[in-house]
Amino acid sequence: MTAEVLIELIDVQKTYGNGENEVHALRGASLQVRAGELIAIMGASGSGKSTLLTIAGGLEVPTSGDVRINDHSLPTLRQKELARLRRQTIGYVFQDFNLIPSLTVVENVALPLELDGMNARNARRAATDSLESMGISDLAKRFPDEISGGQRQRVAIARSFVGPRRVLLADEPTGALDSKTSESVIRAMRKRIDGGLAGILVTHDAKLAAWADRILVIRDGQIVDELKTELRPEQFGAN
Amino acid sequence: MSVKASILAVLTMGACHGYQLRQEIESRTGGTWNINVGQIYTTLDRLERDGLVESNLTNVDGQTTYRITKLGREEAEAWLTNPLTTGPETKNELANKLALAVTIPGLDIAELIHRQRVQTMQALQGLTKAKRESNLDDPNEIPWLLIADLNIFNCEAELRWLEHIEGTLAKSAARDLNPSQDLLAPAKRGRPARQEN
Repeated sequence: MTAEVLIELIDVQKTYGNGENEVHALRGASLQVRAGELIAIMGASGSGKSTLLTIAGGLEVPTSGDVRINDHSLPTLRQKELARLRRQTIGYVFQDFNLIPSLTVVENVALPLELDGMNARNARRAATDSLESMGISDLAKRFPDEISGGQRQRVAIARSFVGPRRVLLADEPTGALDSKTSESVIRAMRKRIDGGLAGILVTHDAKLAAWADRILVIRDGQIVDELKTELRPEQFGAN
Repeated sequence: MSVKASILAVLTMGACHGYQLRQEIESRTGGTWNINVGQIYTTLDRLERDGLVESNLTNVDGQTTYRITKLGREEAEAWLTNPLTTGPETKNELANKLALAVTIPGLDIAELIHRQRVQTMQALQGLTKAKRESNLDDPNEIPWLLIADLNIFNCEAELRWLEHIEGTLAKSAARDLNPSQDLLAPAKRGRPARQEN
């Protein structure tokens, strides 16, 4: 059985400015991501990869084309509905973590649920589950400045999929981490996605992109190439 | 493999004698690759035996010159245009191959780099997938993981290197065989002519 499509971009164009100053950030990008699937987007700076991610997450509106998340067409939603969909369905992970320094780890993770109207006790329980699945429940009562960069990023990922979220969008999530910590972060992210989430990972790091099921290469606002993971043991002498 | 393929690659541009082949390969790989002339001749012997080149005595000094056959040309083109399988032993071959390829007229270098990048990225994906499925807590897996990680870092380095050199290679120019190294090169530097009995 083919898993359901959770993220779909259909011929998305994004233009900034007009006249002589017009910049085409995206020129007809289309993609689908199914439940349990992680795709990586690679490309040079300014190629449009971050724009693609912000449009997929409903943080920006496309100039034309459709963006469908969990079967909702984002351009047709009203502001309030869009905000709710973003809170309930989409998790974001950024390079700089974006944790609130005055809240503890568990409060940071519970925050999106509380903002969405869940009572504090239930929100905290869901947050604790999420931290547990990342193997960091022992950090629950610490503050962000009391933990390491790798731990902060794991907290950010725990927050990104707390509650019923089904879509995970990550922009250079390990950009500030060393290689070993990066691997444990991507491994944890991958595990969550294998559990039925759909994810898009924007990165320039080939080692990280290789964790995805497919790699899309974007150049000048267009998806120009696609690589699928094929296990070819003869290439690396596996037994 | 690399010497054999490089000889064939140079011969696609015209007939050469052994010493000239050595000079062409050395100059086209930036003087970083010193091949013993004896190795050139033993390789040429094998290539002739396998029907990839044919020799004849046309030089005024009696030197043996080598011409590529149809089979040899096919093999050279396959080596130049197909990506190499990534591995520690192919690192220098890839550099030498690209250095040679940019000097040979008519090859699409951007396409060669693209194909190599796809190949290397797929190797990286394969390694990562195998690693994903491995049990990190099993001590028996550690030796394999060490090698897998080394290959992963090698693949990453190769991808970064390919990206880095793309612009540089775009600026380089193809050139024909050097006329000063043609069939009139001094006889003492070539292979002695075969004695006909």
